[in-house]
Amino acid sequence: MLRVDRLTVGYDSVPVIFDVSFSIQEGELVSIVGSNGAGKSTILRTISGLLKPFSGTIEFMGHRIDKLPAHQIVKLGIAHVPEGRHVLGKMSVKDNLLMGAYTINDKIEIQRLLDEMYELFPRLKERENQKAETMSGGEQQMLAIARALMSKPKLLLVDEMSLGLMPLMVDKVLEVLKEVNKKKGLTILMVEQKVQEALEIADRGYILQTGKIVAHGTGRELLESDLVKKAYLGM
Amino acid sequence: MFLQVILTGALIGSVYSLVAVGLTLVWGLMDIINFAHGDMMMISMYTVFWLYTLLKFDPFVSLPISAGITALLGVLIYKFVIKRVVNAPGLMALLATFGLSLFIRNFAQFLWSPNYRFVGESILSGKRIFLADLIIGLPQLAAALGSIVMTFLIALFIKKTKTGKAIQATAQGRDIAELMGVNTEKIYAITFALSGICVGVAGTLLSGIFPVYPEAGAMYGLLAFVIVALGGFGNIWGAFYAGILIGLTEALGGFYLGTQFKYALAFLIYLLVLQFRPKGLFGW
Repeated sequence: MLRVDRLTVGYDSVPVIFDVSFSIQEGELVSIVGSNGAGKSTILRTISGLLKPFSGTIEFMGHRIDKLPAHQIVKLGIAHVPEGRHVLGKMSVKDNLLMGAYTINDKIEIQRLLDEMYELFPRLKERENQKAETMSGGEQQMLAIARALMSKPKLLLVDEMSLGLMPLMVDKVLEVLKEVNKKKGLTILMVEQKVQEALEIADRGYILQTGKIVAHGTGRELLESDLVKKAYLGM
Repeated sequence: MFLQVILTGALIGSVYSLVAVGLTLVWGLMDIINFAHGDMMMISMYTVFWLYTLLKFDPFVSLPISAGITALLGVLIYKFVIKRVVNAPGLMALLATFGLSLFIRNFAQFLWSPNYRFVGESILSGKRIFLADLIIGLPQLAAALGSIVMTFLIALFIKKTKTGKAIQATAQGRDIAELMGVNTEKIYAITFALSGICVGVAGTLLSGIFPVYPEAGAMYGLLAFVIVALGGFGNIWGAFYAGILIGLTEALGGFYLGTQFKYALAFLIYLLVLQFRPKGLFGW
């Protein structure tokens, strides 16, 4: 579904990702894990079009997308939950969700999606008319995910959702992601610093170190590998 | 007499508000102060003047044309000037719009001479209504009502429509809006068009009251900046109330202290408010 081939990208002509290749099949939940500064967010920002590759290609469902602007990539079916959530703080929860469906013009469909999100996240229904900035970090993360789902994506990119959340909330969000992946068949690519949690729920994973992929395999294989045990789990 | 002064101030203040709303829209979205804002208004006044002089169009008939021209001018300013400096350090945009302002002003002077011109007749000119002791000129009343209606429409557009919500989203983060599928480039252009419509309407409404000359927009641009700062940058209703406040200050100062002090007083209020509320009276 998604194929990233020999991607090199960075900021102001300084590369932070070197020659990275990976792919995702339809229906998979894939985690890219690595420590802070490894370049995980940079990869997601490049897929969604906020950054342009220095070299390499990105293909989504058979189309090259690496030269398209971000707002067109959304239309093709990739939704990105950015790091730090970035809800529209001054707007109501409902308006945030409606903005998520910006690319959809069918009013009935938008209402159906809205109902679906309220069912998936009952908390958002309660806070419908509240300004998004007044919610807790966990609620804002839920909102950011729901907002991304409102665009009816085929592929969901989730950036560091655990950042600043208490462990209980992290588990809750992971549960939701697993649910939309397994029940609705949504393909998910998440990047995480919380290596253990992210690999536990993933079908497959990639380990990113200072801009290069150093290992990949199923979530279980990686968790049991010496590399992960030593470098990330402190065993 | 006091009431008459208050009324005069409130009427002109509403027009100031509309000019300021146009300025605050662009500021709120892009953190850019457009110094050529007042000069766009001058272009609208000339549009009305020439349509009147050459084709005998009444200013109220010219309204959609002059507003359309300033809207287009706004889009062009965005495409050819602002777009190139929007990601550069803040001073760059400031200098670019300042240079643009000088250019428009001098170009107008080159084309149309610095002479004062007047739009002689409109269906309302010279007409007035009497309300108890108060005298209300119809051109002034129309200018005020038109400005209030326009401000209300702009606020409604931003709050309720899909495009308006996309403008709000873009103001809170360009990348975030892009990730939701908003073509932010287009949103910037639309916002400049809206800003142009604001000054286009204001300029048209004022052309029946004030002389038309190349510097005509300069003072309005400056006052609009003061009003935007008082109202809280990017805040539409803040700009509206602050505009009325400046109108009242000017009228009261002009009447009780002498007309030469009327702007001084407005700018003094600006300095005082910024001392105590740097984010403006209605800023957060």
